Amino acid sequence: MKTLLIGEYREGKLLDSTYELLGFASQLGAETAMLLVGSESQLPAYGGTLYLADVAACAEYNPDLHKQLILDAVQKENPDYIVFLHSSYGWDLAPRVAASLRIAQVSEITSIVEGGFEVGCCNAKMRRTVKPNSVRAVLTIQAGAFPVLQPGGAPQLQKVSAAGSGTLEFVGYEPAEKKDVDLGKAEIIVSAGRGIGKKDNVPVIAALAKALGGELGASRPVVDAGWVEHSHQVGTTGQTVSPKLYVACGISGAIQHLAGMKKSDFIVAINKDKDAPIGEVADVLVVADVMQFVPALTAKLS
Amino acid sequence: MKLLVCIKQVPDLESRFKPNAEGVWYNETDLAWRMNEYDEYAVEQAVQLREKLGEGTELTVLSIGPDRVVEAVKKALAMGADNAVHIQDPAAAGKDPWQIASIIAAYAKDKGFDIIFTGMQSQDRGSAQVGVTVAEQLGFSCTTTIVGFECDGGNITAKRELEGGIKSVVKMKTPALVTCQLGLNVPRYPTLPNIMKAKKKEITAIPVADLLKDEALATTASFHPPAKKGGGIVLEGDTGVLVDQLIAILKDKTAVLR
Ligand SMILES: Cc1cc2nc3c(=O)[nH]c(=O)nc-3n(C[C@H](O)[C@H](O)[C@H](O)COP(=O)(O)OP(=O)(O)OC[C@H]3O[C@@H](n4cnc5c(N)ncnc54)[C@H](O)[C@@H]3O)c2cc1C
Ligand SMILES: Nc1ncnc2c1ncn2[C@@H]1O[C@H](COP(=O)(O)O)[C@@H](O)[C@H]1O
Repeated sequence: MKTLLIGEYREGKLLDSTYELLGFASQLGAETAMLLVGSESQLPAYGGTLYLADVAACAEYNPDLHKQLILDAVQKENPDYIVFLHSSYGWDLAPRVAASLRIAQVSEITSIVEGGFEVGCCNAKMRRTVKPNSVRAVLTIQAGAFPVLQPGGAPQLQKVSAAGSGTLEFVGYEPAEKKDVDLGKAEIIVSAGRGIGKKDNVPVIAALAKALGGELGASRPVVDAGWVEHSHQVGTTGQTVSPKLYVACGISGAIQHLAGMKKSDFIVAINKDKDAPIGEVADVLVVADVMQFVPALTAKLS
Repeated sequence: MKLLVCIKQVPDLESRFKPNAEGVWYNETDLAWRMNEYDEYAVEQAVQLREKLGEGTELTVLSIGPDRVVEAVKKALAMGADNAVHIQDPAAAGKDPWQIASIIAAYAKDKGFDIIFTGMQSQDRGSAQVGVTVAEQLGFSCTTTIVGFECDGGNITAKRELEGGIKSVVKMKTPALVTCQLGLNVPRYPTLPNIMKAKKKEITAIPVADLLKDEALATTASFHPPAKKGGGIVLEGDTGVLVDQLIAILKDKTAVLR
């Protein structure tokens, strides 16, 4: 079995997530070749074949050109699987490659199982086992689901390039909003999720944070709705935290939220839904109405 | 300009999901349905553009599924879409993303749409494939996960959201497709007068067999709950008791309470 792994490079750096692709390939027991649009000064520590395209010519984001490079490499390598990370780069590019080749795509794989690949569904509450019907398939793997594997060594370089300019013009990056709270240093974080119901209830969660001597965190919908500032958002598009205690109030536990907090030492979740996926990482799941439980807890602590 | 927005109706995600008889998707009985959250942002963005462009612009909303999806379609009409297409397919849940995309592309291919809006992903299936695949099949420019959108004539400037809250700015020309991310805008609530007005808007029904020619490229072999990780304590019962139990656990297992 053979895989073509699509590495990632952003703002002049090879991304560490590239090594998760190698971890996945190793679990699959597959041979590997890799393709990277990057630079010779940032080569992965990996001894296999590396198709390297120059980022100066192909841009960090130019899906038309990157797709062409991948299709060319597929011709040479004849892989069974073309593997991406399920990231802003991967979920954008993978369906383009799959559609061009008219082959199956299995998105956001969490594990390799008997008869196919397991993926999450229904907001991570349930799982599906998916099997490609085509001989070859495109796969995207969930960030953090597979071990990082850094085999070491120097890649055998094959320099490649793509012609044309593509239909998209990449203008540049905009930095993330400035953080006025550094949640990364907090020892205790109490986060508000959509389950708190309305903006007026934010102070109730903030009061628990204060009673515990911690900071207020939030899930994305709470931030998008303007209830809490973005600088408090925990998750893939917010901050990554690892406090001694993380209290999730009315948060379902979507993968993008878990990615930002699952390394916390101790996790307490308050949720009225016993099946909420936050239960998979919580040390304690309190099945209760958050607006009844939290004020009672705060009162007892004060 | 001609605009299209694709929406999916999904169950309330706070529901309990049980496998159906075949064990390959959820059992649909006793579920409450609503518009896929990501698609609400897509509808709002399309309606805002339609309002900005005014006369001569037409916004069509499309949904594939059984008769119940007309409810979600009506919401989009009440938010401001001009007309709708319901592609009737009682078996839509069993189709793979390639087939769903092929149906949309087959409908759209000779209609002259300038911009197609979709959600970044559906909340129940979450493949994040349908939008991009439609664009590929139609030969449209495409960008994904947008949190900013501007359109000036045939030029689109979009902001894509990347990991860690970084954004990248891209420009492209119509015809184009964008997939919309949470937080792109603030989706409006349909007002009562607009709900009444929407009742008069046209919903064209098309049987799926007229549009679908493709076989599925992937098969769902099973639908099941996650393997329980175990370890975690689940506390249930009276609030007062729960508070004491939790405080005792925190004192015992963490160093944060003394
Ligand atoms: C590319 C991408 C990036 C993302 N980045 C992030 C990110 O950085 N951070 C992030 O948080 N999300 C992120 N998301 C969104 C994520 O997928 C989820 O939509 C989000 O985390 C859900 O937030 P929530 O748990 O607060 O809301 P919901 O999923 O709506 O959950 C609400 C929970 O509250 C419970 N509840 C309701 N009422 C009560 C009550 N009265 N008492 C107790 N419990 C109650 C419900 O049972 C439910 O479990 C991202 C998504 C994408 C696609
Ligand atoms: N049955 C459907 N009818 C109309 N649009 C759909 C349907 N399924 C998916 N879509 C669109 O495709 C997007 C991505 O869905 P998915 O690939 O399932 O994650 C959704 O946000 C919708 O805009």
